[in-house]
Amino acid sequence: MRFLLMIKGDPKPGQLPSEELLAAMGRYNEELAKAGVLLDLSGLHPSAEGARVKFSGGKRTVIDGPFTESKELVAGYWIIQAKSLEEAIEWAKRVPFEAGAEFGQEGEIEIRQVFELEEFGDSPAIERARELGKELAKNKE
Amino acid sequence: MTATDAHRAIEAVWRIESPRMIAGLARMVRDVGLAEDLAQDALVAALQQWPESGVPDNPGAWLMAIGKRRAIDHFRHAAVAERKHEEIGRDLEVQQAVVDLDAAIGDDFGDDLLRLIFTACHPVLSKEARVALTLRLLGGLSTDEIARAFLVPEATVAQRIVRAKRTLSEAHVPFEVPQGAERAARLSSVLEVIYLVFNEGYSATAGDDWVRPELCEDALRLGRILAELAPKEPEVHGLVALMEIQASRLRARVGPSGEPVLLLDQDRARWDQLLIRRGLAALDRADRLGGAMGPYAVQAAIAACHARARTAAETDWVRIAALYDALAQLTPSPVVELNRAVAVGMAFGPAAGLALVDELTSEPQLEGYHLLPSVRGDLLAKLGRFAEARREFERAASLTRNAPERKLLLERASASARGSAPLH
Repeated sequence: MRFLLMIKGDPKPGQLPSEELLAAMGRYNEELAKAGVLLDLSGLHPSAEGARVKFSGGKRTVIDGPFTESKELVAGYWIIQAKSLEEAIEWAKRVPFEAGAEFGQEGEIEIRQVFELEEFGDSPAIERARELGKELAKNKE
Repeated sequence: MTATDAHRAIEAVWRIESPRMIAGLARMVRDVGLAEDLAQDALVAALQQWPESGVPDNPGAWLMAIGKRRAIDHFRHAAVAERKHEEIGRDLEVQQAVVDLDAAIGDDFGDDLLRLIFTACHPVLSKEARVALTLRLLGGLSTDEIARAFLVPEATVAQRIVRAKRTLSEAHVPFEVPQGAERAARLSSVLEVIYLVFNEGYSATAGDDWVRPELCEDALRLGRILAELAPKEPEVHGLVALMEIQASRLRARVGPSGEPVLLLDQDRARWDQLLIRRGLAALDRADRLGGAMGPYAVQAAIAACHARARTAAETDWVRIAALYDALAQLTPSPVVELNRAVAVGMAFGPAAGLALVDELTSEPQLEGYHLLPSVRGDLLAKLGRFAEARREFERAASLTRNAPERKLLLERASASARGSAPLH
């Protein structure tokens, strides 16, 4: 199973992570890699440099960052391979959240399982979705 | 926290902590079997205490502390029972080791883990024993999980592990990373075990499932761990590259009703691009370490040719045929020759492929190997020799032990009977 671990927060524009945080995160990432569970990871630029596209009543509205609800924003993510949600939780608990002053003492990691094909049973709706997926793939080419 | 929640949390901690715990304890007591027993004792203590107390903040250190205490108890009891001065001496030695180990905690467990992998894959053990022991000690799998993965009774696996531990102990296999001339041979034994696990998941040799993705994941995890522990070994990266790229096709390899879908018929939109990217990066690493011509790296290069082709028609078969040529020289085997014949058939026409396959039909090693008639049937069908093709597919179907694969082969037999050629 794969899990997406999202670290919440919104770094300040123009501010690079502190040496302390980088070192601690580096050690943590290395631990994930050495346990053979790390598949991918990335940090995200501040929301001030991002944008949102809102969908409403058939209209699209573009809203530029920054966004205020920083505790709900994603600042970075890991994709790990684990045997269970419990294992993913155990890895998330080990994130060195307290290192550096960026995240402060409050914060959270959200853990979500990535859909795997085996999870879908067989039903007309699923079949249809699969066909649709194929169509989309064809159209992309 | 309910008892079930606690149980699942403990299982998760165990999976993360047990390999390095066993590795650390094995360095202390110089016996892998005993080290595992001590680690199990710590697990039992956790199962008794954590449902009430909750999971401690540093569960790894908690478990290790218990394991070490049990190690000291063990040697003390042995010393008292036998009244042997050597044992008392050993007790002191162990206490010193505990001190050393304390100093090492938080530092690098890598060397101990590497020693553990080499020990679990020691050639003194049978292949089955190496696989079971590696999954148990390094993969953190329970005996029951291993039994289910290999479709054998749990008692068989338990026996295998007990015997393997005894063999290691009786043969006085040192707990160390082999050096010098021995290292290469021992490393290939390790790689062989990991790839064996992967292949059992990738194309199950028996049973009702065509693939068992969990087993592939276990093998990949072991391979990735090894690549971190021995980053300068090109073939380790070659093997990881091969497994990552092959695993990228896992979900495209199975049709809606669990039937196998062959490589060229797969929907490439369902290939996992993350794994392909990782695989190509690992292959590049093997390359840069000068290992492009290692057997696993060459196989990975072949897999990479498929991964890079956007459609089946764009596959660079000439390059694949050349890579199989290289592989046949590195690791000559009838199975490699058979694959080379397939590639040559695709690159230079079915007649050229068939000529190579026909040279293999009297090969004793391929007797009873279902892919020989399967490949031959495919080439014959492409040449329009349908009656012969049908007989070959039927023969292949009678030889495979995998149910979905048998069904596919019988379908191809009846397609040949109708005189319709395969798509490619």
